Amino acid sequence: MTLELRNVTKRVESETHVAGVSLTLKRGALNVLLGPTLSGKTTLLRLMAGLDVPTEGQILVDGRDVTGTPVRKRSVAMVYQQFINYPNMTVYENIASPLRVARVPAAELDRRVRESAALMRLDHFLDRKPLELSGGQQQRTALARAVVKRADLLLLDEPLANLDYKLREELREELPKLFAEIGAITVYATAEPSDALLLGGNTATLSKGQITQFGPTIEVYRRPSDRETAEVFSDPPMNFMAVRIAGGKAHLPGGAVLPARGPLAGLVDGDLTLGFRANHLYLRQPGTDAIPVTAKVAIVEITGSESYVHTIFEGMRWVALAHGIHELSPGAPVELHLDPHRMFVFGRDGRLMAAPNFAAAA
Amino acid sequence: MARIDLANLAHSYSTRPRGDTDYALKTIDLTFKAGGAYALLGPSGCGKTTLLNLMSGLLTPTQGSILFDGVDVTERTSEQRNIAQVFQFPVVYDTMTVYDNLAFPLRNRGVSGEALDSRVRQIADMLGLTASLNQPARRLTADAKQKISLGRGLVRPSVSAMLFDEPLTVIDPQLKWQLRSQLKQLHRQVATTMIYVTHDQTEALTFADTVIVMFDGRIVQIGTPEELFERPNHTFVGYFIGSPGMNVLPAAVEGATAVVAGHSIPLDRQYEKSSAKTEIGIRPEFVHLAENGQGLPVRIKRIDDVGRYKLARVTLGTLPLNVMVGEDARLSGDTGSVQFDRSRLHVYRDGELVDGRA
Repeated sequence: MTLELRNVTKRVESETHVAGVSLTLKRGALNVLLGPTLSGKTTLLRLMAGLDVPTEGQILVDGRDVTGTPVRKRSVAMVYQQFINYPNMTVYENIASPLRVARVPAAELDRRVRESAALMRLDHFLDRKPLELSGGQQQRTALARAVVKRADLLLLDEPLANLDYKLREELREELPKLFAEIGAITVYATAEPSDALLLGGNTATLSKGQITQFGPTIEVYRRPSDRETAEVFSDPPMNFMAVRIAGGKAHLPGGAVLPARGPLAGLVDGDLTLGFRANHLYLRQPGTDAIPVTAKVAIVEITGSESYVHTIFEGMRWVALAHGIHELSPGAPVELHLDPHRMFVFGRDGRLMAAPNFAAAA
Repeated sequence: MARIDLANLAHSYSTRPRGDTDYALKTIDLTFKAGGAYALLGPSGCGKTTLLNLMSGLLTPTQGSILFDGVDVTERTSEQRNIAQVFQFPVVYDTMTVYDNLAFPLRNRGVSGEALDSRVRQIADMLGLTASLNQPARRLTADAKQKISLGRGLVRPSVSAMLFDEPLTVIDPQLKWQLRSQLKQLHRQVATTMIYVTHDQTEALTFADTVIVMFDGRIVQIGTPEELFERPNHTFVGYFIGSPGMNVLPAAVEGATAVVAGHSIPLDRQYEKSSAKTEIGIRPEFVHLAENGQGLPVRIKRIDDVGRYKLARVTLGTLPLNVMVGEDARLSGDTGSVQFDRSRLHVYRDGELVDGRA
């Protein structure tokens, strides 16, 4: 099965929530919609579900136009951030409820409920009421109820946002396996870049109602097609600086010069923007091509094993993520090392011109 | 700012608590130094919010007392305690301007004129709200509204403490970074006692000088972020701090050797033989994946590329183990070897860290 959005726009009164989105999703793959609040994630999910009708454009399932078809006539299951269960029903009855509505025969119902419960590791809790469960188990109950329908399209709207950090970590590890077993088209909306990276699959980055890029998650992370995508897909925020290319070299504000190595090789003279991630802004020289600059410490955050050093360089705010504990006083000078091999190069129009070359995962 | 002492404090939501299990917060004694930055960290239901509500005066404890600078305030209201609070959801008056929102707590206490104006402007400046002072609060984004909540807490110069209950939950990840570092800067400037409740280790560790880890109504460890990472004194802390948490493997430990899944691992220190449940703990950061034959043999189940690093999910015998690998590492094959950084290896008995002999 495929789900295709063709130039879909959604306006409410004068506000545009989603603008000209085209996207094709295939069965079996996990698709992440990554974007900040108000970027259009929920609107897009509601359009895919048929809960809303697009102002312009078409939605096709297996090439068939379903644009005006309401949600109850489509094969869709949805899970929300705020897990919704029936508090006075057991976990079993909660999971069974969509099948009872669909008048599924008793034997088949029982088999499917137990199957979904096993998939979500809820086999031992079937007789409990939702409020007797942990938050993670309650959300898994909501997931099992969505899965039991065997809908073609499974839509999840920030399903882990209300869960404790550690539970989230565990579910993020389990969910890709579960989604693969279900085999539906799964769309998972989140604001957290780390969610996308841990879930894998494909990622569509959303910004201001538009999809800026769609592809395998790690590729979008390694080669964001433009600056907007890089900003959406970076936590901590990506560091940026404006440079002038002259004589092949990158001239920084303040006078320092980066050699034309790695992604900086072969650039034509002109004004560009370089982007680099916090873990690629170094307190110690990482390689012979790196150059030192002196910045000022704004504040240091220590996580116990690493330090986030917030700095100011020529009016720009940069974050360096360094191994170990670095107690630096606010206002103190700090030497930072910039490595040309770790730079993303963005043109004046914001498009990616070159990216660092990373080893691929095995 | 005040020093806060909790003496023999416990709380149960049941009117007639019978056993330990009826207590959301089990008996604790704890001191918060004046001007310190603290975090209460733990999963849902660990008692951290109960503890916060006891300190703020929203709850009256079943047992024990709360002292501010040595004065017993257990029976006093939040207002009498002069506490400022910031909650998960911003508390602002939508119809008022940003200025009036910030001025409100001062006007309530009879501050006016130049004193009021200069304080409001000073706080607005600290929070980067100066440009929006005359705007109605309803037009602002969630993070700006949360800044106003912060500002309303900070504006009263005499507060004894500021309490934060998951203040960044509704904030987008990108802006969390900004607000978090701003909060830390503010703490340096105002030096008020600040206590921050969260389940998010990054928020707790980056904000606080001292982190109090709670589990099941008890305090399991109090320490600096570094101590919690380096020497978790309970397997729960090892698991809860760090992402992913510490690997905890069942082991037989005697003398300077641990036997794990049939393999002998040398230890830095000597341990007595014991019949207690014994485990060794090692963080994924301190396990190294090497070529076949250069350590303990493992099967590589999966490698997750999470951008900044790769996470190898391996098994030693039947025991699952997480190994952190550099972002540039090239990995192939489905078997390999692991080496443990011996100085980072800890021994636990019945979940508690044991110190061996040198």
